[in-house]
Amino acid sequence: MTTRVEVEGLLREVAPQALAALVRRYGDFGTAEDAVQEALLAAALQWPAEGVPDSPRGWLIAVAARRLIDWRRRESARRDKEAAAVDFVPAQSATLPGPGDEPVPDHDDTLALLFLCCHPALAWPAQVALTLRAVGGLTTAEIAAAFLVPEATMAQRIVRAKQRIRSTGIPFAMPAREEFPARLASVLRVLYLIFNEGYATTSGPALARADLTGEAIRLARELHRLRPAEGEVAGLLALMLLTEARREGRTRDGALVPLLEQDRGTWDRALIAEGSALVTATLRTAPVGPYQIQAAIAALHAEAKRADDTDWRQILALYNVLDALDPNPVVALNRAVATAMVHGPGAGLAVLDGLAGEPRLAGGHRLAAVRAHLLELAGRPDEARAQYHRAAAATTSLPERQYLLARANRLP
Amino acid sequence: MKYMLLIYSNPANWAALPEAERNGLMAEYGTFTKDIVDSGEFVSGDPLAGIEAASTVRVRGGASDVTDGPFVETKEHLAGYYIVDVKDLDRALALAAKIPDARFGGVEVRPVLDMSGAEM
Repeated sequence: MTTRVEVEGLLREVAPQALAALVRRYGDFGTAEDAVQEALLAAALQWPAEGVPDSPRGWLIAVAARRLIDWRRRESARRDKEAAAVDFVPAQSATLPGPGDEPVPDHDDTLALLFLCCHPALAWPAQVALTLRAVGGLTTAEIAAAFLVPEATMAQRIVRAKQRIRSTGIPFAMPAREEFPARLASVLRVLYLIFNEGYATTSGPALARADLTGEAIRLARELHRLRPAEGEVAGLLALMLLTEARREGRTRDGALVPLLEQDRGTWDRALIAEGSALVTATLRTAPVGPYQIQAAIAALHAEAKRADDTDWRQILALYNVLDALDPNPVVALNRAVATAMVHGPGAGLAVLDGLAGEPRLAGGHRLAAVRAHLLELAGRPDEARAQYHRAAAATTSLPERQYLLARANRLP
Repeated sequence: MKYMLLIYSNPANWAALPEAERNGLMAEYGTFTKDIVDSGEFVSGDPLAGIEAASTVRVRGGASDVTDGPFVETKEHLAGYYIVDVKDLDRALALAAKIPDARFGGVEVRPVLDMSGAEM
């Protein structure tokens, strides 16, 4: 007897393989995807009761193909009605896969599917939704719940994305060699967005959102299995594992707890060990990239037994590398904090002064929040209080505002 | 699949280029065109005269109104186009990236609708 949960896990593993096989055979992604969704539903109903078939993938492909051929036949019947369809296709003649006819799984097929879903010609919300449905095997209702939008909205987003794939001619194929790095970066960005959506937001039903981080990690694992030599794939997976490890310690009674004040006993040691080992091995062999550096920084934080044991010198050195590889204001703010921890708050504040004209930080709360923190470290409570209040007024996140005001009230 | 590659460019940028550089870009266009003719992907393509030569016609209430100038006033104008017949969007995007003006203005890639199978 197989449980429902086991069946769901199995289905989500084989779903992209079945979809890839169908797209390869019949061409049209949109219809193939609908057919696989129906086959998944049928399997979720039948397998727990009747047992899992010998070849789950073959079963899914056969059922989905039958569905797809049915639709096509109905469609062509509709079109040919006036033409008195002479070339009627006998019911059994269409190319249904028989036993032993199961296509040999091509490892690049799942990858090609990811590349298709994360194609830059699609807007990123569409990329995210398609990836979760077609590669992750989630239902539209599950994706809608995870992103806190009505199911009808998500359904429409997916339908439009599929129409766009067809109308623009996005291929089901591996990108050309010269396009590969950019296209892989696009896939990684989608996985990172899915992860962050699950991790960063503190609103909404916590469990549903935790599922998104789990899903992002599952997809990153699969991608890493398919492309073990890609340093940034390993780097992103490691970054996700190391970040996920701190989930428990990140909030207390619904309030945010900053990294250095978290109860390190709540951190998941197994995830930390896995993430650290992965990033260490990768940095030794692959060309360095921003995800690997971020993972290495996360590993240094995770490996410090107490906040005071943090190796800030190494972290600062890594932020300097990151700033050179992928300069952006958030990295610069973190570099300011690391600078303060190594060379004192005055040095950190000087780095912040250099960011004053940065348009991407203007109006946001981050610059003020970091400045407040460094002023506090420098023993300048009045200025720190003003900056905490300024940051609290600018943030849109309630937990963050509460945290900033609490910091201001704690000052002498 | 057929795609139209619409080349958008700012004429002021072209005018500001030293002649040698402009000739270099024209030569690049020549090479690009020859390459896609040789590969069999070229269907048609031409540069367009500048917007100072454009007229726009609008018919409203049965009356035709002609104005001088382009339909939309923008800094970057439609300066030329290619129609290519290629395997898929990825190939069309790769070709668009080779068009010299993609480095200065931009190239819009639009599928050409196939009306040959449309019901009459």
